[in-house]
Amino acid sequence: MNEPTATGIGASLRRIEDHRFITGRGKYTDDIQRHGQVHAYLLRSNLAHGEIRHIDTAQAKQAPGVLAVFTGADLRADGIGDLPVGWMTTNIDGTLMFIPPHPVLAVDRVRHVGDPIAVIIAATLSQAKDAAELIEFDISDLPAVANIDRATAAGAPLVWDGAAHNTAFHWQVGNSAAVEAAFARAHHITRIDLVNNRMVANAMEPRVAIGEFDEGRGEYLLHLSSQNPHVARILLATATLKVPEHKIRVISPDVGGGFGSKAMHYAEEVIVLWSAKKIGRPVKWTSERSEAFLSDRHGRDHKTHAELALDANGKFLALRASTIANLGAYYSTFGPAIPTFYSAPLLVGTYAIPAAYCDVRGVFTNTVPVDAYRGAGRPEAAYVIERLVDQAAHEVGLDPAEIRRRNFIPPDAFPYDNPLGAQYDSGNFGVGLEKALALADYAGFEPRRAAAKARGKLRGIGMSSYIEACGAGPSKIIMAAGAGSGMFESATIRVNPSGSVVVVTGTHSHGQGHETTFAQVVSDKLGIPIHSIEIVHGDTGRSAFGLGTVGSRSLAVGGGAIIKALDKVIAKGKRIASYILEAAESDILFENGRFVVAGTDKGISFPEIAFTAHAPAKFPSDEIEPGLEETAFFDPANFTFPAGLHICELEVDPQTGATEVLAYTVVDDFGNVINPMIVEGQVHGGTVQGIGQALLENCVYDPDTAQLLSGSFMDYCMPRADNLPNFLVDYIVTPSPHNPLGVKGCGEAGAIAAPPAVMNAMMNALRPAGVTELSMPATPLKVWQALRAAHA
Amino acid sequence: MSITVSLQVNGRNVSETLEPQTLLVDFLRNHLRLTGTHVGCDTSQCGACVVHVDGLAVKSCTLLAAQAHGTQVTTIEGLETEGRLHPVQEAFRSEHGLQCGFCTPGMIMSAVALLRRNPTPTEAQVREGLEGNICRCTGYHNIVKAILTASTHMPAQSAQASRS
Repeated sequence: MNEPTATGIGASLRRIEDHRFITGRGKYTDDIQRHGQVHAYLLRSNLAHGEIRHIDTAQAKQAPGVLAVFTGADLRADGIGDLPVGWMTTNIDGTLMFIPPHPVLAVDRVRHVGDPIAVIIAATLSQAKDAAELIEFDISDLPAVANIDRATAAGAPLVWDGAAHNTAFHWQVGNSAAVEAAFARAHHITRIDLVNNRMVANAMEPRVAIGEFDEGRGEYLLHLSSQNPHVARILLATATLKVPEHKIRVISPDVGGGFGSKAMHYAEEVIVLWSAKKIGRPVKWTSERSEAFLSDRHGRDHKTHAELALDANGKFLALRASTIANLGAYYSTFGPAIPTFYSAPLLVGTYAIPAAYCDVRGVFTNTVPVDAYRGAGRPEAAYVIERLVDQAAHEVGLDPAEIRRRNFIPPDAFPYDNPLGAQYDSGNFGVGLEKALALADYAGFEPRRAAAKARGKLRGIGMSSYIEACGAGPSKIIMAAGAGSGMFESATIRVNPSGSVVVVTGTHSHGQGHETTFAQVVSDKLGIPIHSIEIVHGDTGRSAFGLGTVGSRSLAVGGGAIIKALDKVIAKGKRIASYILEAAESDILFENGRFVVAGTDKGISFPEIAFTAHAPAKFPSDEIEPGLEETAFFDPANFTFPAGLHICELEVDPQTGATEVLAYTVVDDFGNVINPMIVEGQVHGGTVQGIGQALLENCVYDPDTAQLLSGSFMDYCMPRADNLPNFLVDYIVTPSPHNPLGVKGCGEAGAIAAPPAVMNAMMNALRPAGVTELSMPATPLKVWQALRAAHA
Repeated sequence: MSITVSLQVNGRNVSETLEPQTLLVDFLRNHLRLTGTHVGCDTSQCGACVVHVDGLAVKSCTLLAAQAHGTQVTTIEGLETEGRLHPVQEAFRSEHGLQCGFCTPGMIMSAVALLRRNPTPTEAQVREGLEGNICRCTGYHNIVKAILTASTHMPAQSAQASRS
């Protein structure tokens, strides 16, 4: 266990936060017990669609231990607002999307299984559950639509009376006239129909919320398992709870994973705060796993038809795509943004495609709302273009590597304006491809296929070349596209008199290792030891503001704010040092943790300046304020665009349909890398979520009743250790020009690139056996059926 | 109706009066405030709640506290000896075998039991041995690596010591 001793930028420093987790001393929200706390249990609809005719809570209110039972009518009477949607999508005709109400507790109708109807608050959770059994309700069963096909069928029942054909919006991007002209002169057109299967994020820690109200001060305190506590606070203040923002404090302590699903504003957050005030006790709600399946926002769930026009040399001329996205029964906080702005502009991938067009129709169904899940729109885009390119290669008789080589955006074309409105910052796709091919021994594959065949196995190799947009966000760009607010980031550097440093960030770490990575940046920049630095996050009472950790933004945006704040600290340190060192401020340099007079050996250390700043006798405190604390805000000029290449090699047993992933190679371009160990870990985890989507995971509703069929870990197949290979991960580096660290973001890349890489490998294995199409997840049953059908 | 349950937890004798339906995991978390043992599901699938009962790895959500009466229970909080990390804990840190940390206590407790049964496992045996523990963050690569690393750093007496 030899560990590197370096701690600066580029070092695989072991994580500072690990000790509390490996000794059982992490503090997750459910580990917190507030004095006098009582428990909330939510009665949820067991019907997918129904009219609430009558709810009688009288008997439940009398049950042992029960303090209160509330329904949607109680919240509405008290002025509680609807759950808001934070993104406005515009229809092709210029009108705004249809916006239905989203009550915190259902009022007149339930619209999906799991829609909350009432909350029971009792001294113990079991008392609350027992009392829930005593609530009498009469809900008429209305016809429900369970999926995209049912929602878009002629004469389909409506989720919302005002949304004809269950259409929420119909949006477009690109130049359809240019696309049609290019298709008209195409030598070859490849067409594909794809389903991006519905996913459940399943962070291992279920959501938890503890609300309390300080009667004396009139202040609310929410402990919340969240990726972005400031977002929860601002939406509580302005949309749902409607109390002044400064009267709400949200603390998100250790959070056991998020993957997008803990970024939205949820009903339970409103309920625990509002009811805590009502009954005068802290109220705790802890989701059970089955409840999480019914209430956490789901991900993906797209159907896409896409076409690629090629010339006689296999060069891409144009792309057109049409997507239908399932949004669920209501808009989730970012729901409309995911299939539109965060997906479609990346449909052209890493290729120089002169013309492109895409339209996206969002539809309502009687299912849990759909929102961001790791990758959030970019996996859907990558899946379309990378399956399409592989299919094209097969049809025109080019090797999948060669067709990509011929079409990559060349390295001298950056910044590159793609035809769907995204401006890629930097990249070198060809170099990444060749590196990955070499690492995976792509050239030596055919003998391995032959050897597998001799053993009765079907072996395949497949790749995907992904690009994604990270670092949300450039406020001007996202607000022009429909965002309700900007997405800059804040950082405060507080230097203590003894020279130790507290860094307060508006991002949030729930597995990403910010306490280590951010400390490395600060240590490197200030030249102070890593143990002198404390990273603080997850508390609206301590950080200026922040948009949390979503969309692989924390280092690109939050790191930018840290660098800006550090620059201010150093600038002030130089002013103070100029008095101590009796030199002009312009002659003071800051090097290796010391303020020095250029060209001399005179200098003073950072801790000495920290102390001097707090003992302002040696500099004029009317000119320079005492103390050493700086806050900075950073709003990037544009997104960053990580890219890379995944190669998957697998074998299928045709007797059983079972697939084994045997080798997996990744070459990423994340720009500069601060901690390679942590980055690699992010790649492993993301890639396994992508392999899970391709081979194992599927969120399924019964098509007739819209009952959730995959509602537990017994039914929803989570990837386990024995389903998976080891990974070979390497890098190329083209720094992003859009932030001071030159970083791009690494959290979601694996989940974006892996599904098409695995499915392209699968098709490579199965095409020789006559299989022409296969959808995700490629379970043993589905593979076996496809092989049987091909032989029939 | 309440019952009295007496057992040894991390070497200390404890005796508590409980509702009879109290699960071992709730007893550990809510009564003894040993919150390192986590609850990640409600179908005994995820393994975040794994503890040792008389030296065997057990999902503490599947056991009533009453069933643990008279046993010796070790939780993640009791794995260190004399302030020194267990080699498996140390290896999880050195090989980056954790991210959000939520599954980690259960993973570590399963891994310690696995190495006790088989001190020199192959990679395939480690992967098979983790079948009852779900991690959503790491993709398992570094967890497997950590357990293999620990297997080469585990003195025989350490494996013995954690049995108690």
